[in-house]
Amino acid sequence: MKKLSETLGRFGGVNLLPVALAAVAFVLINAPSSWVTLTVAGLSMGMMVFLMASGLSLVFGLMDVMNFGHSAFISFGAFVSASVLAALSAWLDGGVILASAALALALIAAMTFGLAAGLFFETVIIRPVYRDHLRQILITMGALIVSEQIILALWGGTPVSVPRPPFLEGAWIIGDVSVEIYRLFAFGLGAMVFVGLMILLNRTRIGLLIRAGVENREMVEALGFKINRLFIGVFMLGSALAALGGAMWAGYETLITPALGSEMMIVVFIVVIIGGLGSIEGTLLGAIIVGLTANYIGYLAPKLALASNMILMMAILMWRPSGLRPAVK
Amino acid sequence: MSLLSLREMKTEIGQYAVLHGVSFDVPEGGVFVLLGRNGAGKTTTLRSIMGLWAPSPGSVMFKGRDIAGMGTADIARLGIAYVPENMGIFGGLTVEENLVLATAKGRFDAPRLRRIQDLFPALEHFWTKQAWSLSGGQKQMLAVARAIIEPRDLILIDEPTKGLAPSIVSAMAAAFQEIAQNTTILLVEQNFNFARSLGRDMAVIDDGRVVHRGSMADFAADTDLQGKLLGLSA
Repeated sequence: MKKLSETLGRFGGVNLLPVALAAVAFVLINAPSSWVTLTVAGLSMGMMVFLMASGLSLVFGLMDVMNFGHSAFISFGAFVSASVLAALSAWLDGGVILASAALALALIAAMTFGLAAGLFFETVIIRPVYRDHLRQILITMGALIVSEQIILALWGGTPVSVPRPPFLEGAWIIGDVSVEIYRLFAFGLGAMVFVGLMILLNRTRIGLLIRAGVENREMVEALGFKINRLFIGVFMLGSALAALGGAMWAGYETLITPALGSEMMIVVFIVVIIGGLGSIEGTLLGAIIVGLTANYIGYLAPKLALASNMILMMAILMWRPSGLRPAVK
Repeated sequence: MSLLSLREMKTEIGQYAVLHGVSFDVPEGGVFVLLGRNGAGKTTTLRSIMGLWAPSPGSVMFKGRDIAGMGTADIARLGIAYVPENMGIFGGLTVEENLVLATAKGRFDAPRLRRIQDLFPALEHFWTKQAWSLSGGQKQMLAVARAIIEPRDLILIDEPTKGLAPSIVSAMAAAFQEIAQNTTILLVEQNFNFARSLGRDMAVIDDGRVVHRGSMADFAADTDLQGKLLGLSA
């Protein structure tokens, strides 16, 4: 068993799980074109969930804060970007350059809102309840409910339609395989954010501090760094990424309701837990596995689709209680 | 003049009073040893000096300034380094990253780094390895190296020999003697032979109070007192 584990470790270890999952699904689905479509859908869903979950993982790992209000940033990101796109609807029909500019502005607006909301949330709601998990759960759940009511008051209860730039509509057909363009875009954007985060964490002093803080906050302070400033920065970054994830998810769904964030939150928590707290690589791995599982099971056994990710989380936690790639060894 | 003076320092953790009024002076230069039985309050004393547990009331004077109540980061910036009992190594970071994080400007001072590598040659060998993969002795070397990667006035070191092989303990003693030539060390230690070989001045703490202060030479010569305060047999 140990030998098998060492051999697997040499070839990538737990990183091979999505490949193994895809291989098993290929055999079970037995239709290559459907398999490709489902795999691309799973990867793009995984990347969007990664955007939403990466910040929560860092906040969990670094600050030891259980922020159930994280989904509020997802919802606000979705609605802010939808509003900007609706306001710039004339640009969407004005050619690729104008449509791209409208999309970029919508995503930037969502992230900017996420940054500001993150600053407010950390300073006013989270800071008074550091080191008190019970109060964190209660107050962040309360903040989530208030946020949903604010969205309801501002945007109303009826589903809001999200316009998409025309160049992201439709699908590429290659033989029998159909691949939605928006899904490829979501995958590409998620991959770019992942690379950016990896550079931030592994090539900068701030990143070094974040990685150290995830392991031992007290020691970071003892080295002369004020950890509270780092907390604010990480919280704002996490909120902005969640808002970006929400904005991307809104474009994917094209019809959103105020409950969008809380619906996604279960998946986001599953990803953070199975990936390992505080680990960006773990969050990506968890998100890809969750995205692929949701799509494959949705095709193979639709009645199990809802339960599939819970079963996945239980199986992984029984195998690796700290998650697939925890930040702290 | 003392570098560090504690006066009636009291610390409560939760509802428990752990330190009941600790007072002693650490002179500048050399190694000052704080001895005591398990649970006497040695670690709490170091953590309280470092601001990791807030002492109140009483004073903690460092270079003539009261640092009681200051934040840990501010205390560290005044020139105090801390090597905790569990070493506080960042296991997911490489040896190099652990050290560079402790530098003031994010880059090494070459002569200083050379000196540290001479003191602890093993660190250079594992330079790019993640710190969790080091042995206990190597982790302790890294923890001490991190404390001296920048010039410090005072280093608080908590039980550095715990669980280490005798050969590593000897190497550590040699390193501390070298470090103590231009930095003051406040050493908490249970290994009396190790403490005796290094200490110039000392204090014994028991049940959250200092019960003896003096020179290490006098204490080392008085086996009755050692037996009474530390439970050591002659």
